[in-house]
Amino acid sequence: MTQVRQRFTPLQRLLHWVMALCILAMLFIGVGMVSTITPTYLSLVSIHKPLGIAILVLALIRLALRLRDGAPALPTGLPEPMKLAAHLSHVVLYLLMIGMPLIGWAMMSAAAYPVVLFPGIHLPSILPLSASLHTLLWNAHFYLAFALFALILLHVAAALYHALVRNDGVFETMASVSVAGEEG
Amino acid sequence: MPEPRRSPPRSLIGSLVLIAAVVGCGAAAFAYTAGWFSPRRLTPDRLVDAFSPPNAEPLGHRRNHAKGICFTGVFESNGAGATLSTARVFTSGQYPVLGRFNLATPNPDAPDATVPVRGMGLRITTPDGQQWRSAMIDAPFFAVATPQAFYALLEASGSKDPKAMPEFIAAHREFGAFAAWVGSAPWTGSYAEEPYNGLNSFIFTDGSGAEHAVRWSLIPQAKPVPISVDDLAKRGPDALEQEITTRIQAGPARWTMVVSLANPGDPTADPSKAWPADRRKVEVGTLVVQQIEPERDGPCLNINFDPTVLPKGITTSDDPFPAARSAAYAKSYDRRTAEAKYYPGTATEAKP
Repeated sequence: MTQVRQRFTPLQRLLHWVMALCILAMLFIGVGMVSTITPTYLSLVSIHKPLGIAILVLALIRLALRLRDGAPALPTGLPEPMKLAAHLSHVVLYLLMIGMPLIGWAMMSAAAYPVVLFPGIHLPSILPLSASLHTLLWNAHFYLAFALFALILLHVAAALYHALVRNDGVFETMASVSVAGEEG
Repeated sequence: MPEPRRSPPRSLIGSLVLIAAVVGCGAAAFAYTAGWFSPRRLTPDRLVDAFSPPNAEPLGHRRNHAKGICFTGVFESNGAGATLSTARVFTSGQYPVLGRFNLATPNPDAPDATVPVRGMGLRITTPDGQQWRSAMIDAPFFAVATPQAFYALLEASGSKDPKAMPEFIAAHREFGAFAAWVGSAPWTGSYAEEPYNGLNSFIFTDGSGAEHAVRWSLIPQAKPVPISVDDLAKRGPDALEQEITTRIQAGPARWTMVVSLANPGDPTADPSKAWPADRRKVEVGTLVVQQIEPERDGPCLNINFDPTVLPKGITTSDDPFPAARSAAYAKSYDRRTAEAKYYPGTATEAKP
C-alpha cells in the first residue's frame, strides 16, 4: 500500500455487505432450526450447511484481501482504548467467521453425519467418529454462535456510534458498495 | 487521516437512543427466532424431555429405543428399484450395512417381554459415499397421525392424572387401531422373525424425473414362530439379544426389502393410516445380517439412524414425521454423546 486510502476497496466493501447478510441469516437460521420440529427444520438445516461453507470460502477470500490491501487508518483523534477495541473485535470476527464453519464441519464429522451441501454432493469427513470430540465441538459451536451474534451487535453499535456521534468518517470507510466518488 | 465533518452533529441523546434501539431490536428478533418468547413452541428439547420422567433420563443412551444391539451385513440390491429411484443403492450390487435391533422403550434395561414394539435402525452406504439411514418398527402403522399428537401421547402416558390417557384416546381416534394391534399381534422370540416397516412416506425420483410416493418394509425370510409373552419372559430379560447373537453365529438372517407405491389420493402425510394391501409392491433387494456386536463397544453406538439422511434420488414427502424425528434424534444424540461417561464405548472412539 503506497497511499493512505479513505475507504476499503470496492471488493472489500462488497464482500463485507454480502457476508453481513449471509452471517446474520446463518445465525437466525441456526437458532431457529434448533428450536422447531416442523418440516421447516429440514429446510433450515439444508440451507445452514452450504451457507456455512460459502461463508468459510468468502471469509478466506476476505482475509487474503485484507492482508493484501490492508484497511484505512483509524482517525488520529480516536482514543487508544477504542482503537484497541476496534482491532481486537476485528481479529475475533475473522476468527469466528473462519472458525464457526470449520467447527460445524468437524462436529458433523465427529458424529459420522454426512456433510451434505446439495443432494448428492457432500464434503469429506475431517474427524473420526468420537463422542467426546462431538460434545466439545457442539458446545463450541453453540456458545460461539451467541458470542458471534453479541459481537456483531457490538460492531453495529460501534459503526453507528462512529456515524452518528463521532461523525469521524469510520462508518464511511465501509458504508457503501457503490464505487462512485472512489479516489484513484 | 483527517476527521471529516460532513453533516451537522445530531443530538447526542437521540443518537444513543437510536443505537440502543437498533441493538435491542436485533437482540429481540434473535431471541424470538430462538423461541425464548414462545414457551409453548414444540422444540426438540421439549419432545425429547417427554420420553422420560424428570431426572430419570437414560444417561448415555438413546432417549427412545434405548435398548438395542448392533449388527453389520450387506444389502444385496437386485436392481429392480432402479426403475423407481436414481439412488445408487438400487443399482444391483452389494453395499455394506450397519444397523441396530432395538426395543421401543426409553429404558435401556427393560426386560424384553415388557416391550411390545421392536425396531431396526439401518444405514446403507454406497461407493459414492452416500448414505441411506432409516429407523423402522414392526408395527404395520404408526400410533398417531402427527408429531404434535405423538407429543400429546408422551405427555398423557407420563401423566399422573388418571384422566390423561382416556382424554388423549378420545381426542386421537387413530390411536385405537394401534392399541388394538399392540394387544393382538403375536409376539415372537427373535428379532430375526419380525418385519420392520418404515411407515413414513418418502419420494423416489426416477431417471425421467418422475416422482413416486413410497413406503418401505423389510419382510423377514425367517418364519415367525409365535410365543406367548409369558414364555418370552421366562427366557430372561435379554433373551432377544442372546437369541439373535446365537442365530447369526450359525448363519446370516435375511429380509426382503419391499417398496410400496402410493396410488393418487393415498394418505402420504399420515403414517397412522396404512395404504390398502393391493398397492403395487416392488422387491428391491435383500438385507443380509452377518454379524452381531454388543452395543457398548459396537459400531452402532454413536450412530444416529436419522431417517432424513437420504441418498440423491430419495427425498422426504409431505409426511411431517421425518423432520420431527430428525430434530429429536439429533437432540437425543447430542445429549447421550455428552453423557458418554455413563455408558462408555471404546471401540468407536478415536484412538489417541
